[in-house]
Amino acid sequence: MALTFDIVLSGLVLGGMYALIAMGLTLQYGIARIMNLSYGESLIASAFAALFLYTGMAVNPILGLLVIVPLSFAANWLLYQIVLSPLVKRARNQGMLEVDSILGTFGVLFVIQGLMLVAFGGSLQSYSYLSVPVHILTTTLAANRILALLFALVIGGGIYLMLTRTRFGTALRAVAVNPVAAQLSGIDIRAASALAFAGGGAIAAAGGVLISMFLTFSAASGVVFTMKALIVVIMGGVGNMLGALVAGLLLGVSETAVARLVDPGLTIAVTYALFLSVLLWRPTGLFGRPAR
Amino acid sequence: MTLNRIAAFAALAMTAALCAPAQAQETLKIGWAISKTGPFAAGAAVTTLPNYQVWVKDVNDAGGINVGGKKMKIEVIEYDDRSNSEDMIKAVERLATQDKVDFILPPWSTGMNLAAAPIFNKLGYPQLAVTANTNRAPEMVKRWPNLTFWLGLPSEIVDGVVETFSKMEKEGKIGKKIAMIAVADQFGIEQSTAARAGLKKAGFELVYDKTYPFGSQDMQPVLKDAQAANPDVLLAFSYPPDTFAITDTAKVINFNPKAMFLGVGTAFPGYKGKFGASTEGVMGIGGSDANLKGIKWYIEHHKTVIGREPDRWASPITYASLQVLQQAIERVGKDREAVIKEINTGSFETIIGTVKLKDNQNTNIWTVGQWQGNDFFGIAPTNKPGAKAPIPKPEWK
Repeated sequence: MALTFDIVLSGLVLGGMYALIAMGLTLQYGIARIMNLSYGESLIASAFAALFLYTGMAVNPILGLLVIVPLSFAANWLLYQIVLSPLVKRARNQGMLEVDSILGTFGVLFVIQGLMLVAFGGSLQSYSYLSVPVHILTTTLAANRILALLFALVIGGGIYLMLTRTRFGTALRAVAVNPVAAQLSGIDIRAASALAFAGGGAIAAAGGVLISMFLTFSAASGVVFTMKALIVVIMGGVGNMLGALVAGLLLGVSETAVARLVDPGLTIAVTYALFLSVLLWRPTGLFGRPAR
Repeated sequence: MTLNRIAAFAALAMTAALCAPAQAQETLKIGWAISKTGPFAAGAAVTTLPNYQVWVKDVNDAGGINVGGKKMKIEVIEYDDRSNSEDMIKAVERLATQDKVDFILPPWSTGMNLAAAPIFNKLGYPQLAVTANTNRAPEMVKRWPNLTFWLGLPSEIVDGVVETFSKMEKEGKIGKKIAMIAVADQFGIEQSTAARAGLKKAGFELVYDKTYPFGSQDMQPVLKDAQAANPDVLLAFSYPPDTFAITDTAKVINFNPKAMFLGVGTAFPGYKGKFGASTEGVMGIGGSDANLKGIKWYIEHHKTVIGREPDRWASPITYASLQVLQQAIERVGKDREAVIKEINTGSFETIIGTVKLKDNQNTNIWTVGQWQGNDFFGIAPTNKPGAKAPIPKPEWK
């Protein structure tokens, strides 16, 4: 009993991190229709920003969020307007936009990585914040990881409600489903997509700041996060916040369960087995729309 | 810290720029291809590149290397191999054939150095492969006499671990129960296989023995099970990100065995920087005799030039290898064949003490180190002069 409780709780905390890093990408890919390969780099850039604020200026990472998240929102909005919207304009269909945005953001990836290398060097970075034990009944967890889970729940739930319950959210979903028809009903798709892309970037920034409190990172580690986020996004259904949240938590709990009950060497295998079976069973993801 | 580093790099760049006109006379061209981007950049930026920069600055500040009575300053030609062995080989070839450099400093990591060995040999350049750590070293140096190894063999690290634990067990500081975890790649599997055999032979009992996937930073499941097995020792063959995560998690769940040996990264300055007093008693690969005059000078000097301390495993040895190269050139001149011979047979005074290679391999090494106070002291081989006695790990601070 204590073991089950321990597995579920530790798994949820791990899964919360996965969900947190995936939710920004699902907004960018699902609604703004940009497959952003530089996603992991923008996440790491925020981690560096948090590190710089904390070690250089003694600003704690939670307060750092107040600066980094809006900055990242603005930077991503500009990135969309300047770099990506020409690609959107000239794309004749979704497939073409996907290829162009992958190539475009692949370039952006190297620009961000290069800037981080110049500013911070190539070595591994790590600092300690809120790395204190929290005892919940029979189990012990690190406070910073619990914080990441809470943020994931708040962001995931909040944006889900925004998308389903507000007029603006409905407009965003319309853009996601059919941009041409959305335009016909008077929605400014460029403005809506730019906001969705910027919002995704802001969530990535929040994720980067939170994970920097407990993960070791370097300028080169962005791609790891892009890959993990992509798995969660596709498992949960592209563009679906609730899907990303559930898929992330599911991955976390399964990895922890396999590590504790079978063998820790199999955690990567279980990730991909789960990914594969979801794709076989529901090709559009857990919460995805049926393919037309 | 970071600002200091940027300032240090800027200063380096400026000195390089200021030196440029002076170098118009006669310079010694030294080139290197190293990972400045890609997955190897993190390792190269800790151990290798800073030492190249410090050494070049030291040589040029002193007026240059004395080649046949003439002081020659060093002119650097640097390429980024982007963590790609093919790029590295192309760059090394280019350094030799187009840039016509006098000497080439080696790339970072075991894999890169092994990949570079045939080309260094073909071109006839000495290869001081400091960051290569392979059990194949003795056979490789027979095929490539220009190749030298500096860190000892991986098997010697395992021997050092077994020796240390046996010593502590005999002194009654620890019991016989060991929990071992390892990263599931070549390094972790080779080391844990050797350790499994060595520990059994020494009478230890493995109460937990698992591997985890490369890249994993979630150590809670592994450590909770290891903790439940109630071991006297935690032995981990890990890489830097996992080494940090193991320490962090062990602290959070209050897993505090009487001895703790972690893999690569324990000797990093960032490790001490992050965990502070909690590092007390943690053991890892490498170490140095921090009471040695040369080491004391080196750590301070590295801090002044680069803005942070060096790591305590391969960094001092990298700098020492460059001192060996410099002394060899000063003794026999620029002739590369003669320099190779001098490196292999000569005796050199360096920051780590006297270096005299045996079968192209440096034997002045520490296999196991331990954080005691502010320094990472060598504790094994236990009979090496300057070895500190291992202490049991105190409670986490």
